[in-house]
Amino acid sequence: MCATCGCAGTGARVHDHAHDHVQELPPGDARTIALQAKVLAKNDDLAAGNRAWLAGRGATMLNLMSSPGAGKTTLLERTAQDMAGQAGRPGLAVIEGDQETALDADRIRAAGCRVVQINTGAGCHLDADMVRRGLAALDPPAGSVVMVENVGNLVCPALFDLGEAARVVLASVTEGADKPMKYPAMFRRADLILVTKSDLLPHLRFDLDAFLADLTLVSPAARVLTLSAETGEGLGQWYDWLAATAA
Amino acid sequence: MHELAITENIVATVTQRVPGARVTGVRLEIGQLSGVVADSVRFCFDLVTEGTALEGAGLEIAEPPGRCRCRDCGVEFAPDWPILLCGCGSADVQVIAGQDLVITAVEVAGSEVR
Repeated sequence: MCATCGCAGTGARVHDHAHDHVQELPPGDARTIALQAKVLAKNDDLAAGNRAWLAGRGATMLNLMSSPGAGKTTLLERTAQDMAGQAGRPGLAVIEGDQETALDADRIRAAGCRVVQINTGAGCHLDADMVRRGLAALDPPAGSVVMVENVGNLVCPALFDLGEAARVVLASVTEGADKPMKYPAMFRRADLILVTKSDLLPHLRFDLDAFLADLTLVSPAARVLTLSAETGEGLGQWYDWLAATAA
Repeated sequence: MHELAITENIVATVTQRVPGARVTGVRLEIGQLSGVVADSVRFCFDLVTEGTALEGAGLEIAEPPGRCRCRDCGVEFAPDWPILLCGCGSADVQVIAGQDLVITAVEVAGSEVR
């Protein structure tokens, strides 16, 4: 079935979208036309295009999502610094998504990493078309891992496939342990969940066991790692996961 | 507020699929597990359709409930969102309905059809 229009796709061309999805309009009276068109079909098609483009140059893309302030940029800075020049570790390139400013891109560039900033303006999430243009500007090398730092938001980015190989959701211990239950749509589709700022655990009432127990209900298939970009705790597992995902 | 972007997608898709027609009605299916709030789409619809072929069109939204199948015991059940847990205790479940976002049909005005 065609993902764009939901049609059976029985035309001669199945299916590069040459069949142009225009309905034959009825003569005369008003009438109802069945469409069965998927609302996100355009985004999903563009995401599939991004995936194919990345595969063509042997690069892997990850979609990093969290609430604002969970530590996405700090983790990327530390990851870029630790991986630079390390044999056997993939090279990094970053697409930064924020409503405004290039502050995050400046931080990533200072860490020695190739980076492109996307400003969404009023938009609350990145979509596949923004990332398509970001990838073209980024020009990631073969074998690299492209980290997309999505707009800080636990709701809207969950719906939009960007063409990533995996979804990484960060939750910091300063946010409260009830986030998976409050924002289940985001956590349910995560492949990897990073519990960040673990160095602060001794100072907080964050109940890590309750958080992990909720995750087994909301997101039973996701891998979970606890880490601190400040002290380096748990980063080895994160780097191993990155290397395995990029392989 | 991703419903604004969702509603813009709806208007763009309809305009592309029935070019030249004045659209008097749009029927949507927003599954209860889709992550999209039907009321927010209703709120955005009038704003987004202003000045388009859909301006003034009626909006009907069906919200089919979620349905899951357990990969362990095979039973089908209605999930108690946000926890998609089977009665057998397994969390290894597949969502089989209620996630879709579909424009099911449009109504076009007869008098202005090409």
